[in-house]
Amino acid sequence: MASTEIARQAGDGVRAVPLAGHVGFDSMPDQLVNKSVNRGFCFNILCVGETGLGKSTLMDTLFNTKFEGEPTQHNQPGVTLKSNTYELQESNVRLKLTVVNTVGFGDQINKEDSYKSIVEFIDAQFEAYLQEELKIKRTLHSYHDTRIHACLYFIAPTGHSLKSLDLVTMKKLDSKVNIVPIIAKSDAISKSELAKFKIKITSELVSNGVQIYQFPTDDESVAEINSTMNSHLPFAVVGSTEEVKIGNKMVKARQYPWGTVQVENENHCDFVKLREMLIRVNMEDLREQTHTRHYELYRRCKLEEMGFKDTDPDSKPFSLQETYEAKRNEFMGELQKKEEEMRQMFVQRVKEKEADFGFCSFFFFLLSDLHEKFDRLKKLHQDEKKKLEDKKKSLDDEVNTFKQKKTAAELLQNQAQQAGGSTTLKRDKERKK
Amino acid sequence: MIERPETAVPSIAQRNLEGYVGFANLPNQVYRKSVKRGFEFTLMVVGESGLGKSTLINSLFLTDLYSKDYPGPSQRIKKTVQVEQSKVLIKEGGVQLTLTIVDTPGFGDAVDNSNCWQPVINYIDSKFEDFLNAESRVNRRSMPDNRVHCCLYFIAPSGHGLKPLDIEFMKRLHDKVNVIPLIAKADTLTPEECQLFKKQIMKEIQEHKIKIYEFPDTEDDEDNKLIRKIKEKMPLAVVGSNVVVEVNGKKVRGRQYPWGVAEVENGEHCDFTVLRNMLIRTHMQDLKDVTNNVHYENYRSKKLAAVTCNGVDTSKTKGQLTKSPLAQMEEERREHVMKMKKMEAEMEQVFEMKVKEKKQKLKDSEAELERRHEQMKRNLEAQYKELEEKRRVFEDEKANWEAQQRILEQQKLDASKTMEKNKKKGKIF
Repeated sequence: MASTEIARQAGDGVRAVPLAGHVGFDSMPDQLVNKSVNRGFCFNILCVGETGLGKSTLMDTLFNTKFEGEPTQHNQPGVTLKSNTYELQESNVRLKLTVVNTVGFGDQINKEDSYKSIVEFIDAQFEAYLQEELKIKRTLHSYHDTRIHACLYFIAPTGHSLKSLDLVTMKKLDSKVNIVPIIAKSDAISKSELAKFKIKITSELVSNGVQIYQFPTDDESVAEINSTMNSHLPFAVVGSTEEVKIGNKMVKARQYPWGTVQVENENHCDFVKLREMLIRVNMEDLREQTHTRHYELYRRCKLEEMGFKDTDPDSKPFSLQETYEAKRNEFMGELQKKEEEMRQMFVQRVKEKEADFGFCSFFFFLLSDLHEKFDRLKKLHQDEKKKLEDKKKSLDDEVNTFKQKKTAAELLQNQAQQAGGSTTLKRDKERKK
Repeated sequence: MIERPETAVPSIAQRNLEGYVGFANLPNQVYRKSVKRGFEFTLMVVGESGLGKSTLINSLFLTDLYSKDYPGPSQRIKKTVQVEQSKVLIKEGGVQLTLTIVDTPGFGDAVDNSNCWQPVINYIDSKFEDFLNAESRVNRRSMPDNRVHCCLYFIAPSGHGLKPLDIEFMKRLHDKVNVIPLIAKADTLTPEECQLFKKQIMKEIQEHKIKIYEFPDTEDDEDNKLIRKIKEKMPLAVVGSNVVVEVNGKKVRGRQYPWGVAEVENGEHCDFTVLRNMLIRTHMQDLKDVTNNVHYENYRSKKLAAVTCNGVDTSKTKGQLTKSPLAQMEEERREHVMKMKKMEAEMEQVFEMKVKEKKQKLKDSEAELERRHEQMKRNLEAQYKELEEKRRVFEDEKANWEAQQRILEQQKLDASKTMEKNKKKGKIF
């Protein structure tokens, strides 16, 4: 981002030198402006206020165009934020306008948490920008900035004082966004009442320490008009998109039986002042304040939360590299520790399981059971085998005995036969004789 | 971290204004604020001694940056390459400019000029580093922009081409700073020689893929025509002088020679006016923007990537460059947690598996045991059967034989009985 204000007087080794002619760098602002115009501008408005205070109508009136949205009912369960972005162009200037509306604000019975969604939304936009800024590869110059530049806080035209909801909400928002409080639907208040109302509101804001946006008075060209306008805060506005013929012109107005309230008549309401201040004179300042004050505050808090410091205990400034390296070492150490812890835990569990009686004895039991069975069967088998062997042996013995007997008997038979054979021969011989 | 709510901007609609709003005044507001802030610009001049760098600076800014009280580097004799800066504040038309001129005395003057660009690179990097640190502080107040926005490189008017030193220097610096090459002391070249020289230089620049500062096209066609003209004249041939001489009754700045006056601001004599217009009047802001958006971002992303990866190989980091280093650490932490969970689950699984294995083994052993027992039993049974069979056969045989024997016995008995009978009858002798 561009540098902030530099020393006007030459200092720090900077000396002022006179120029002997026209160099031409007085075109620098023009160069810068041309680039900005080419890029286009961006502005984000947040409208906070109860349902029915004319927020959408005022936006339409301010920007002379019909934005989206239907009037919401009063039965919303909580506060939600609806945002719409529009591309507008006036002469050669392109503006990306985002209008964010709070839907359901002030409608609940218990409004303690109403401000929360608003604060969350604003923080979310800051966070998105911060994330983009912290990226390694970033494209900040083409980033669509969604940070809220102005918050129009709509005060109900009771004529008495601020509601407690208003005070609570504004107190929560004043360090996060530029608050521009306005009295809505101010055609319901008479001039005298209005003066008293404004004084009451301002004093209540001061006594509660609410910081509202003050128009800057340090630039000579606009200091006067800004300081005058500061004294008219909060602006009492009336919004209308309908046109009524006054004289021979069509003007934006609200028609009543007793008269017509002209929106752009400075006697009737402060609409023109609001438009002047908000858009024509201080739009850029609102953007700058958002970036240099509110965003920086958010960023500082966020970074401190994450543990970043600018100086180490010896008050020596940290370099970015050191900071990141320190964080990284811390991170790695953490991871390693976790890993180690887990490993230990597992070893422990294994030990436990092994020592677990049930586990061991179960297996032991199974194992011994098996061994027993094995032994039993082995013995059985051996016995059977032995029996068989015995039987075999006895059979073999029998066979042998029988064989012997047989052989002996056969031998005897043979002898007998031979003898018998010769006897027969002898007999035969005898017979033949 | 808070996530963007769903109410974030979905699409952008066009709207036409039906009347005066007033934001057309925004440019004026920007103008006002920028004037109040003031401007900064850092210009670096690099080139060998005697090429007229100091004179050119003085001519450009119409001031005595280097004067008797503040002598420029050319007055001092340097042994090594130095990098010196002088800061001046100049005002014109209500606009304040803090101009920093960075000079590099001693550049290219030594006999051995290897690495003479290193001090220059170091200087540029240190300015980037300062800005990066300032930008990254928790408490950011003012961030003075001392980064080098433009580097004018002076080429000696040899008429031939670029010297190796020129090429080397430009190649090393074109990624860090906007390099604008200039032909110095152009009044030693005739227009034709100058043309040839320029063509040669541009050819060599393209050959070596040196990226010199490119003038961006604008939306204005008129401007584009001018820009194209300027591009044709690159590199610009300049002559510098702060001496005012009289030519045809006019007082002009120029260099007086016996044969005439070389006018600095004459477009036909040299490109000085083009340089001045381009550098100061039209493109000063763009030089700053390119430095901020391109060169600085390059430096920053390289620096932060190095810090995050701590020397890890680059193939892993390609997809990680879209995050901030912290988001990356968060992601790494998440990955690590997941890895650990997986490890844990794996270990559990391994454990369970081992238990199952053991159980299975036991079961298998048991089954095996039973099977073998079964087999042996069957084996025995078979043997038994065989034995039974053998016995039966044997019994049969025995029974048969015994029966046979009995018959034989009976026959014998009968035979002997008959013999006895016959003997008794006396028939047997």
